[in-house]
Amino acid sequence: MSDHHEDHKPGFFTRWFCSTNHKDIGTLYLIFAIVAALVGGGFSMLMRMELQEPGLQYVADGQMWNVWITAHGLIMVFFVVMPALIGGFGNWFVPIMIGAPDMAFPRMNNISFWLLVPSLLLLAASAMIGPGAGTGWTVYPPLSSKLGHPGMSVDMAIFALHLAGASSILGAANFITTIFNMRAPGMTLHKMPLYVWSILVTAFLLVLSLPVLGGAITMLLTDRNFGTAFFAPEGGGDPLLFQHLFWFFGHPEVYIIILPAFGIISQVVSTFSKKPVFGYLPMAYAMIAIGFVGFIVWAHHMYTVGMPVDARAYFTAATMIIAVPTGIKIFSWIATMWGGSIEFKTPMLFVMGFIFLFTVGGVTGVVLANAGMDTPLHDTYYVVAHFHYVLSIGAVFGIYAGWYYWIGKMSGRQYPEWSGKIHFWLSFIGINMVFFPQHFLGLAGMPRRYPDYPDAFEGWNQISSYGAYLTGAATVWFLFFAVWTLTRGRKVESNYWNVQPQCMTLEWTLSSPPPFHQFEIQPKVK
Amino acid sequence: MKKQSLWLLAVALLLGLAVLISGTAMAAGPVDWQLGFQEAVTPVAERIDSFHNMLLYIISFVSAFVFILLIIVIFRFNAKANPKPASFTHNTPIEILWTVIPILILILISLKSFPLLYYSDRTADPEMTLKVTGYQWYWGYEYPDQDGLAFESRMIADDEIDKSKGQKRLLSTDNIVVLPVDTNIQVLITAADVLHAFAMPSFGIKTDAVPGRMNETWVRITKPGVYYGQCSELCGKDHAYMPIEIHAVSKKEFNAWIKKAKKEFALNSYSDEPYELAQIEGVE
Repeated sequence: MSDHHEDHKPGFFTRWFCSTNHKDIGTLYLIFAIVAALVGGGFSMLMRMELQEPGLQYVADGQMWNVWITAHGLIMVFFVVMPALIGGFGNWFVPIMIGAPDMAFPRMNNISFWLLVPSLLLLAASAMIGPGAGTGWTVYPPLSSKLGHPGMSVDMAIFALHLAGASSILGAANFITTIFNMRAPGMTLHKMPLYVWSILVTAFLLVLSLPVLGGAITMLLTDRNFGTAFFAPEGGGDPLLFQHLFWFFGHPEVYIIILPAFGIISQVVSTFSKKPVFGYLPMAYAMIAIGFVGFIVWAHHMYTVGMPVDARAYFTAATMIIAVPTGIKIFSWIATMWGGSIEFKTPMLFVMGFIFLFTVGGVTGVVLANAGMDTPLHDTYYVVAHFHYVLSIGAVFGIYAGWYYWIGKMSGRQYPEWSGKIHFWLSFIGINMVFFPQHFLGLAGMPRRYPDYPDAFEGWNQISSYGAYLTGAATVWFLFFAVWTLTRGRKVESNYWNVQPQCMTLEWTLSSPPPFHQFEIQPKVK
Repeated sequence: MKKQSLWLLAVALLLGLAVLISGTAMAAGPVDWQLGFQEAVTPVAERIDSFHNMLLYIISFVSAFVFILLIIVIFRFNAKANPKPASFTHNTPIEILWTVIPILILILISLKSFPLLYYSDRTADPEMTLKVTGYQWYWGYEYPDQDGLAFESRMIADDEIDKSKGQKRLLSTDNIVVLPVDTNIQVLITAADVLHAFAMPSFGIKTDAVPGRMNETWVRITKPGVYYGQCSELCGKDHAYMPIEIHAVSKKEFNAWIKKAKKEFALNSYSDEPYELAQIEGVE
């Protein structure tokens, strides 16, 4: 099967720096995400160390703290979760799952990855030049204008976002073209694996939302440097215009983060339950519905800015609707498991953790959706707890599920099962310790983005910090066994999970790792 | 038997937590190991409390329900207990159920949500006005009905905190805002430099201070006391160091305070009377 021609690999530099192979680029994305996760996670550890006790221990002042939270947010969103779920697993498995030999635009794929590297470097440099960008990941003016940040830091952060945005738009265009044009004969849209569906919806969200962010931060850039006044009230502008533009991008962005994780969860649930996904079409269309509604709810991030009450009522109603397709997904996953013959391997453990904890994060989302209820909770730790339950636990558990599910396929070597299970339990306990007490802090009124807090908040903050150290230890454990797997892991066959015919996707028909160029003979799907 | 006791335990734990949070005794300002909201002392905050209690039961029930389903799946449908997987992929009645029931729950929620939202928006007949301006990093207050009484309020530094006076670190301020109880007070909020947010947990209000805009909210404090809030929109280096301290007093005490304050802060006011200001600047 794998003759010489099919498996011919270019030399090291050409292969990794000028790569046009979707699997190699996927690998680069995964490595990039892991490196960025160490930086972003490092900031988390620093932040929890600072917050373990009242008073300032590690930061010099509030500005330094604001630079930390800004870097943490931007890195985790743009340089960890998106590269891992979309660039990494998406590049690796979308072409394979639809029976294509590669992505539609392999060289565009290359530039899409390599734009991320200077982007991350710009962001890192922005934190080191002058006082750094302490604007929060939302970059709200006037704090992000010359008035609040006179130096160059914010300009560099804006350029970093421009590059990351361009990278994502190119990648998204590539995915859309690939999925629409390169499916193997018989692979109709309604037969595509749900992971491919999730990437397709995500790609559309990216193409539609990122240009709006690009426009907003360009306007901010000209406000800062060329005397325009889009967001400056003294020149006839309005700071709230930026918030509307930002969240028109920002809300779809959170679905961009979570939808690919949904896709992975669907694949893993089906494989380990040995049952096809329950309600395949409703599952696919629920994702489309979530994507669509995601575009018309943005101002629920802005309930306290002084919007008219009728606008707040509309955004409350629209936001609550999202609970319906999300509920369909949760219950369909459970129905997939119902009647199954489930093997609780590590990927499946992460999926079980995901389903329960995403539910917890989802229901607090319903609480926050109500504009009247959001008033006391907005910008408190309740919100921090909510979005970390859906993103830090949701998206990251999705990444871990994908990693353990596919690492054997990607590397040809399997992780030790016991190490994965220990990793799961450490993460599960640790991350709940971090974020569950933050609900209490938020209800009691502790505001976000504070390096120091009134002494009454100390107790829950300490618990939260201990949880962070446990989660940090779990991550070190994960990294150690990731290296172990790649160097010493047991070699595996093509279908090492024994995926049943009724749950089959095309990656399990290829060797582990797949040949450098797969599908020399085009597969046919019945 | 063992399975059942596990579910019961899960439900009991989650609902127990709900009861604990909804029933926590509250005091002015946060307390150690607090689980729920600060004490509600305005009609808006009371309505928020009661709405949150309802939501808490709903979300605890939903979470417990999903948890129980997962526990059942773990015990009944693991590979040992159920070696042969079923093959069904559709069940229209149950799919309709899990679409319709969430919609009904959302409608139930909105029955309480929208009245709260509209009630909290503004008061129809304000008896007085407090104007608040956010600065980097302190608050400015004006009483437009009191000859423009105006002053600024800054946090008391950590090393100047006097615990014997009941001052609290990061919460107490030098110039305290005094408001009368049982009065409909319109609060107007703006900012002079970057965004800030005027938040008072006990009053159930939080409104952004936006330069170039005048936002409005309202309070009617029902209980005299000392209440604290903190800036709630990232505003730069000292975001954590611009608290709000409000003393709610009887109308009589309020009038007495106004008299005193007018003298104390006379230089700040924009009253028509030619105060010392004219003399100082030598304007004819």
